[in-house]
Amino acid sequence: MSGNIIELSNLTKTYGSFTAVDHLDLVIKKGEIFGLLGPNGAGKSTVILMMLGLTEPADGTVKVCGIDPVKLPIEVKRKVGYLPEDVGFYSDLTGMENLIYTANLNGISKHEARLRAKRLLDRVGLPNDADKKTGKYSRGMRQRLGLADVLIKSPEIIILDEPTLGIDPTGVREFLLLITRLSKEEGLTVLLSSHDLHNVQKICDRVGLFVRGKLLAEGDIKALSRKLFNSNTFIIEAGVNGLKPGDPAEQLKIVLKSIDGIVSVQIREEFFQIEGSRDVTAEIARCVINSGLELHYLNRKELALDDIYYQYFEGDKRYENQL
Amino acid sequence: MKTSYNSNIYHPFRVIVAKEISDQVKSWRFIILIAIITLTCMGSMYTSIANLSKSIKPGDPEGTFVFLKLFTLSDGTMPSFFVFISFLGPLLGISLGFDAINSEHNNGTLSRILSQPIHRDYLINAKFMASLIVISVMLFALGFLVMGLGLILIGIPPTPEEFIRIVFFILLSIIYIAFWLNLSILFSVRFRQPATSALAGIAVWLFFSVFYILIVNLIIKAIMPPNNGVEFDSYHYEILKMNLLRAIPNQLFSEATTTVLMPTVRSLGPLSMEKVYGTIPGPLPLGQSILLVWPQVTGLTAATILCFFLSYLSFMKREVRAR
Repeated sequence: MSGNIIELSNLTKTYGSFTAVDHLDLVIKKGEIFGLLGPNGAGKSTVILMMLGLTEPADGTVKVCGIDPVKLPIEVKRKVGYLPEDVGFYSDLTGMENLIYTANLNGISKHEARLRAKRLLDRVGLPNDADKKTGKYSRGMRQRLGLADVLIKSPEIIILDEPTLGIDPTGVREFLLLITRLSKEEGLTVLLSSHDLHNVQKICDRVGLFVRGKLLAEGDIKALSRKLFNSNTFIIEAGVNGLKPGDPAEQLKIVLKSIDGIVSVQIREEFFQIEGSRDVTAEIARCVINSGLELHYLNRKELALDDIYYQYFEGDKRYENQL
Repeated sequence: MKTSYNSNIYHPFRVIVAKEISDQVKSWRFIILIAIITLTCMGSMYTSIANLSKSIKPGDPEGTFVFLKLFTLSDGTMPSFFVFISFLGPLLGISLGFDAINSEHNNGTLSRILSQPIHRDYLINAKFMASLIVISVMLFALGFLVMGLGLILIGIPPTPEEFIRIVFFILLSIIYIAFWLNLSILFSVRFRQPATSALAGIAVWLFFSVFYILIVNLIIKAIMPPNNGVEFDSYHYEILKMNLLRAIPNQLFSEATTTVLMPTVRSLGPLSMEKVYGTIPGPLPLGQSILLVWPQVTGLTAATILCFFLSYLSFMKREVRAR
C-alpha cells in the first residue's frame, strides 16, 4: 500500500450512452488534503459515490484503505466519513440527538456518543446550539454540524462534497480553516470536491482538475501550472509611468520582443504584460530603464488555480490535445 | 462485522427501528389517526352493545357467540367494528408509509444515513418493521380495549374460542394494513413528492373500494347472456364474479374477517341447492373457519409480500444522490 489510502484505477461510469467518469486513475496519499476541482456536472459526485460503494462502477477498480467498496461497502463506510452536498438532518431532532443517532448507527454506545457529540459540537463551534432543533439551523450551522456528524465515527478519511456551497465568504473561510485544523490534529485524509477554486486551493496539499469525466491534471499548484502551461510559464507585469500607445512605448515593445525568451508583449493601460519562457525579469528592468521611461513596479505573477482553470476553458481544445 | 455487542450498544437495525417508531408515535398524523380510529371504535361498540339484547333470539345457533357480536353487530346506523377496520385500515397504512423514503431524500438525510456503515436495505426494512410494530401494538391495544370494555358492560366473558377468533381477526387486520403500508412505501420510493405518493395511495384505495366493484359488475352484466333463465349458467357467472372480486385485497379481507368473526358463515361462494340440502344450521368449529379462509389469508399475505418486494427492488436499484 505504501501510504496510498485511496487508489482508483481505470474507473469508468456510464449512464446509458453518457460517460460520467472516463477511465480515471487517481491516487491519494494518507494524511493529505486533496481537492477534486471542476465545474458542475463534471462527475465529481459520481466518483465519490463510487468510492463509498453507493453506486457501482461500470469498469475499473476502487480501493479505499485497501478495501474494495463494491464488495465490502460496510467496511469502507466504517472508515470513511462522507458529508454529502447540501447535507440534511432530521429537523425535529436537536443537533445533539442527530449526532447521537449517527453514532449509534456506527455501534457507539449512548454514553460514549453523548461525550463525543459534546466535544465535537464544541470543536465545530456550535456549543450553544446542541439542544436546538436542526430545523432551525442556518445553512452554515448545518454544514458545521455535518462536519461533526462526519467526525463522530472517528474516520480515517473524510470526503466532503461541495462543502462551501451556499455559505457566505466569512463562513467559507472559517469552515475551510476548521477542516485544515481538524485534519492536521487528527491526522485525517481529506478529499474535498468543489468548484470554488479560489478558496479551496488555499487549503489543499494537492488538487486534481476534473472536467467532463476526465482528470486533466493533478499535483500541487506549482506542478499544475507547469503541467498546463509548459510554455509561457512566466507572466511579468511591468508598470511604466505615463504609458501611452505611442512612439516610446512601441519602441520599447520592439526592444523587449527581441530579448531571447520573451514570447509576447502586450501594452495595457498602465503596464506591459510580458509572457516569457524563462525568468526574464532582470532583462526587462534593464530595457525599460534604458529606454528612458520610468519603471514603477515589476511583478512576476504566480499563476493561481483560477487562471489555470479559466485558461483551460478558454483554450479548451488546445489543452485537451496537449494532455 | 462485529456480532457481539455489549448491553449498551445496539445493532444498527434496532437503532433505526427505534428511531422510526418514535418518529411515528410523536407525529401529528399518528395522533390524529389514533383519535379517529378510537372514536369510531367506541361508536361502533356503543351501537353493538345497545342492540345486543335484541339480537339474541332463543334457538339461534349464533347465540353461543355473544361476545363476537361486539365486533360484528350493527343496527344499520353505524357500521360495526370490523367494517370500520376494513375501511380505516388502508388509510392508516397509507398515512404511515407514504413519505417513508421520499421525505428522507427531500430532507437530504438519505445519502447521509446510507453513508453510515449499514446495509442499504436496513433503512427500508426498518421503516417497514417500525410501522408494522406501531400498527400491531395499536390494533392489539384497540381490540383488547374493546374486549375489556365489553366485558365490563355486558358481563359475559368470552369463551377461549371467541378469544382466539378475535386474536386471529386482529392478526388478519395487521396483514391487511401491512399490505397498504407496503403499497404506500412502494409509492414513496417511486414518487419524489410525498403529496403525489399519498394521492397515488388514496387513488388505489378508492379504486379498489368503489370503482373496481362497479367495473366487475359491468363486465359480468356485459358477458352474461340476456335471458338468465337457466340456473346453471347464472351460478357459474356468480362464481366468476366472486373470483374477479377476489383479485383485490379488500374483498379477501372482508371475506376472511366475516368468516372468522361469524362462525355461522359456512361458505364464501354461492351455494347450489344440492349443497345446502340437508345441512344442519350451526356454527363451524374454529379450525374449519380458519381452513375456509386460508386461501384468502394466503392471497393477502402474497399481495403484501409482492408490494414489499417491488419497493425493495426499486429502492436497492436506485442511485442515491444528494437532493
